[in-house]
Amino acid sequence: MLNFFKKIKKDNEIIEKEDKKGLYQRLKDGLARTRDNFTAKIDDILSLGRKVDDELFEELEEILILADVGVSTTEKIIDNLKEKAKEQKVKDAEKIKELLAEEIYDIMEAKETSLKITPPTLILIVGVNGVGKTTTIGKLANKFKREGKRVLLVAADTFRAAAIDQLDVWAGRNNCEIIRHEEGSDPASVLFDGIKAAKSRNVDVILCDTAGRLHNKKNLMEELKKIYRVAQREFNEGNIETFLVLDATTGQNAIQQAKIFKEATDVTGIILTKLDGTAKGGIVISIKSELDIPVRFIGVGEGIDDFQEFDSEKFVKALFE
Amino acid sequence: MAFESLTGKLQDIFKKLRGKGKLSEKDVKEAMKEVKIALLEADVNFKVVKEFINNVTEKSLGQEVMESLTPAQHVIKIVNDELTALMGSKESKINFSDKPPTVIMMVGLQGSGKTTTSGKLANYLKSKGKSPVLVACDIYRPAAIKQLQVVGSSINVPVFSMGDKTSPVDIAKTSIDFAKNNNYNVVIIDTAGRLHVDEELMDELKNIKDAVNPDEILLVVDAMTGQDVVNVAESFNEKLDIDGVILTKLDGDTRGGAALSVKAVTHKPIKFIASGEKFTDIEVFHPDRMASRILGMGDVLSLIEKAQAQIDEKKALELQKKILEQQFSFDDFLEQLQGLKNMGPIDQLFSMIPGVNMSKLKGINVSDKDIKRIEAIIQSMTKEERQNPSIINGSRKKRIAAGSGTSIQQVNSLLKQFEQTKKMMKQFTDMGKNMKIGKRKMPFFK
Ligand SMILES: Nc1nc2c(ncn2[C@@H]2O[C@H](COP(=O)(O)OP(=O)(O)OP(=O)(O)O)[C@@H](O)[C@H]2O)c(=O)[nH]1
Ligand SMILES: [Mg+2]
Repeated sequence: MLNFFKKIKKDNEIIEKEDKKGLYQRLKDGLARTRDNFTAKIDDILSLGRKVDDELFEELEEILILADVGVSTTEKIIDNLKEKAKEQKVKDAEKIKELLAEEIYDIMEAKETSLKITPPTLILIVGVNGVGKTTTIGKLANKFKREGKRVLLVAADTFRAAAIDQLDVWAGRNNCEIIRHEEGSDPASVLFDGIKAAKSRNVDVILCDTAGRLHNKKNLMEELKKIYRVAQREFNEGNIETFLVLDATTGQNAIQQAKIFKEATDVTGIILTKLDGTAKGGIVISIKSELDIPVRFIGVGEGIDDFQEFDSEKFVKALFE
Repeated sequence: MAFESLTGKLQDIFKKLRGKGKLSEKDVKEAMKEVKIALLEADVNFKVVKEFINNVTEKSLGQEVMESLTPAQHVIKIVNDELTALMGSKESKINFSDKPPTVIMMVGLQGSGKTTTSGKLANYLKSKGKSPVLVACDIYRPAAIKQLQVVGSSINVPVFSMGDKTSPVDIAKTSIDFAKNNNYNVVIIDTAGRLHVDEELMDELKNIKDAVNPDEILLVVDAMTGQDVVNVAESFNEKLDIDGVILTKLDGDTRGGAALSVKAVTHKPIKFIASGEKFTDIEVFHPDRMASRILGMGDVLSLIEKAQAQIDEKKALELQKKILEQQFSFDDFLEQLQGLKNMGPIDQLFSMIPGVNMSKLKGINVSDKDIKRIEAIIQSMTKEERQNPSIINGSRKKRIAAGSGTSIQQVNSLLKQFEQTKKMMKQFTDMGKNMKIGKRKMPFFK
């Protein structure tokens, strides 16, 4: 709706004014390519005076597919869009764009409350290989440190070569504590020690790195469940969040990842990385719609500050402005 | 279910087509609509799919149905031919230089698996009698050099590094002299992951290329990549004129449509696939196998090749024949289990059997502990019972359970698993009726 866009615009003006450090700008930059691709096409299609016909919907469908939204969610979105267009007797193609934005926004916001990290909190970071788990922990640690929280990293990826050293570098950059064992040791017991240390040191946030694993590897998922059980058992007085890190370049397989990781560790949020490329990460729309897992943060680069809280309004706006 | 495999999908589609008398325009259109959805769900790029569908539709409509084929088989043949053509018609090898060292440069996005794959490739080449050296050119990611060093020491391949203060171009250049002086005949350069739109870092790759003139520039691509893979592959190829692609993480349950997309936009061959955590988990890519796998033939050839390392060739052929003729008995099942035990994850092997959805596999997922129990149960069966399990009634079950130290429930569940396995075999035979046994290609429609 028109109001919807106006409201976003106002909010963003405020944000841009308040944000002297240019965090919003960074988000915008990071998303720029994504947006250019996406909205340039939408604008092409929706140039003035275009009729609302099947061809138009087909072209919108193509854009969503190319954004990795997936066939079934795309069909659902387009069907709803058609219905709304009919209901509201929309004749103007431009209006369709608003309806589409609204449709996606509604999916992302459905039943959503904002994330609150109240100490003590343990955050378990999980995901398949190479998606950006360790880097994300570095960025999260930075964020929490800046909020004045005491942060402890747990190096529970004891499998991949030099993974512990990699996390150690991030601990150094953030000047925060780290609990590490030897490579090859039992990851669950690293977390056990981490929780123990955190309790005695009054740590506010524990960030636990885990080894990348493909969700279809039974033994590795069992290992992860064991880590999760240790968290539940040893940290029952605190809050536990499990964040699944997804690479924005991933296609439809991300749904399967989300589903199986959720079964294993009750994933509470998604962190979508690598949005600084040309990939659109549209798969999170499907994941939210099918599995009701919200996106919490996005990664827009390799630097410690290339990190943003996910915000549906900004996200939708960035896609459609 | 939304996550049904592309293989399963296409089988369903062609089941619908099969048995109809004539190949009409409507049939083709309907089949192509399904093929299109299946390919999109498999992450094949939209534009690639469109082109593919147009080609196949055109070809299907223009052709007369061959006498020996049903209309459905004929469509399958065309789809398969097109798919194979798209995947490349033959397997491709590494270009070794006449003047050693052969220089291989690994490039790709962040997190695609370059470092691990460099290790695997080194290990592979070592097993082929080469003496490789790994070169650490990722000076950016924390502990990337250390990672390569750990990898190198675990496969016993030296790693050349100059720390993270020297430019990657200089490291690469110096490494060539190092290799020459120390008689290493293959140099594998591990570069940092980068975005294809990062001009500065893309220029760095170009500079490394110009400095060392690699015999092979290999783009490492995560098999789970979605629609964007065409942008990535196109950019790297434009900048570097790559020689080939390595597809990683194929041990996941992704349908791997990226393989098609990459090939379609770069016209460069996929040379290797990586499919596991171990340094031996790398194999030469077989385009025809990939195409037939997508079409529901499964990767029978890979399965058999793997089996041959353990079982001798004759037995493997016998097994294949039995599978085709549906004479698969508990004896064969037992023998296979014993052979497979030494071959690595069984679900991985099963996943190569045609028409097997990983989702349907749940019932027959076997761990090593399960195998011991299954062995005990089968060994407690009489010869007759093994050949013809349908005679196993209540009292026989009781006897078998007692004999194997298991419960009736466990015996029941094995019987069920066995039936499931046979059903899968049946599915396979349906698809493979006209398949010639034991040859390279599996043209099931010929
Ligand atoms: N461009 C970009 N690169 C990123 C982002 N997040 C992580 N990376 C890079 O992706 C690569 C892999 O990141 P890691 O943090 O090591 O990923 P991981 O999930 O911990 O990997 P494993 O532990 O090996 O499974 C590194 O080169 C990171 O710098 C992002 O938001 N944008
Ligand atoms: Mg990591």
